[in-house]
Amino acid sequence: MINLININMDFRGKQILYDINLKVEQGETMVIIGPSGSGKSTLLRLIIGLLKPTDGEIWVKGQEITGLSEDHLNKIRLNMGMVFQYSALFDSMTVGENVGFGLREHTDLSETEINKIVSRNLRMVGLSGRENVMPNELSGGMKKRVSLARAIAMKPQVMLYDEPTAGLDPIMSGAIDRLTNSTKRILGVTSVVVTHQMSSAFAIADRIAMIHGGRIIEVGTVAEIKQSENPLVQQFIHGLKSPNVSAKKRREVL
Amino acid sequence: MFVRNLESLGRKVLQSVENSGRITMLTLQVLYNLRGRLKARHVLQQMLHLGVDSLPIVLLTILFTGMVITLQTAHGFIKYGAQSRVGGAVAVSMLRELAPVLTGVVVAGRVGAAIAAEICSMKVTEQLDALRVMAVNPIQYLVVPRFLACSIMLPVLVIFADVIGTLGGYLVATLYAGISSFTYFNSIKLFADAYDVTGGLIKAVFFGGVIAIIGCYKGMTAEAGAEGVGRATTASVVSSIIIIFISNYFLSMLLYR
Repeated sequence: MINLININMDFRGKQILYDINLKVEQGETMVIIGPSGSGKSTLLRLIIGLLKPTDGEIWVKGQEITGLSEDHLNKIRLNMGMVFQYSALFDSMTVGENVGFGLREHTDLSETEINKIVSRNLRMVGLSGRENVMPNELSGGMKKRVSLARAIAMKPQVMLYDEPTAGLDPIMSGAIDRLTNSTKRILGVTSVVVTHQMSSAFAIADRIAMIHGGRIIEVGTVAEIKQSENPLVQQFIHGLKSPNVSAKKRREVL
Repeated sequence: MFVRNLESLGRKVLQSVENSGRITMLTLQVLYNLRGRLKARHVLQQMLHLGVDSLPIVLLTILFTGMVITLQTAHGFIKYGAQSRVGGAVAVSMLRELAPVLTGVVVAGRVGAAIAAEICSMKVTEQLDALRVMAVNPIQYLVVPRFLACSIMLPVLVIFADVIGTLGGYLVATLYAGISSFTYFNSIKLFADAYDVTGGLIKAVFFGGVIAIIGCYKGMTAEAGAEGVGRATTASVVSSIIIIFISNYFLSMLLYR
């Protein structure tokens, strides 16, 4: 479904991604983990075409997107949804208008039908009856859930999540993880999730890719990542001070 | 030291040239997107917010401008026995120059800053990215309605300004300078014509477009953070005012040769 081939990316004269190769199969949830500033969010933005790579190919649903114009990219984006790190809700619109935005812009559905879909999506994320609330009246967790309801309104085939649980308490993070899983179950979406919260990563991932210093250093299932012999992977997933901590010390930390 | 100053000057010149190029490209994109699907509701909302809400400050500014221009004109004209020309002189100045330019400046200060601040805050909160991700062209959705609203509403504001400026002049001419109503309005009829009005309105359309494009450009290219928003709004107002004054000269040359 998504294939990144030999992606290199420069930003303001500095190279931030080196020879990235990553394949995401249809229906799977690929979680990208890595330290802050490693290039995780940049990868998401490349996949949805907000950025163009310096070099390499990006294939989404069988189409190479790096050479496409914005108009052609928009046709592909109709099948994609994204949950932003800070939700990116349109603050001049109500919750209901946010969730129904894509439907009003791109479909000929009547207002009644749109309102039905908006109500259903808000019910799915546990925010029934909040159609007329303004985004600035919502908590961070609620904004995230509205953002998810908005992203799935057009029934996308690909979902991208940029740090969906950042800044949320553990209970709300768990709720977002469950929503991510139920979105996958109900809509059958292919998901790419960027996070540095390992509890979330393990809860939702089919496979995990770790990015470090702009390079993918490991890709595997949850079990494979947990058993990884790469010290950088172990340092990250256990939150250790240094990658050179012995296996015995790592066991003590757990 | 000299080389450093020269480099700094060179950098500023290159930046100005780059900005001019990007603003031109944005203008062309806006004009290109005019043929696309336009939402009348969005344009009307912007016309209300940017145009109608600017009416009170425009009326106040131009009223007092008309009054002070008449005060100064009357003093000099009466000295040389030319009081019968006061109305015409005030009206022509108002219609051709003062109403469109000062309305443009007032609206640039109010609306230009508001547009830049709004678009900038959308940029830093990733709302512009969210629009693109939802397959909506930010230029068509945000810039075009504001461009149309400003280009339509500024001439409307200038019409009100023409009337209130002339009336302000009338008040000072009759109540302070002792010129009769008949003399004042007859002078306007003799010296001002419809083309003075339409020329001012053509300028207003251009100025409205400038304010919208500059405001949107500065908002879209602002740096992150509170300082970035502040710089964007200031730059939007200053750049719009400079372009209004410079273009006003060339438009006057073209329209009133």
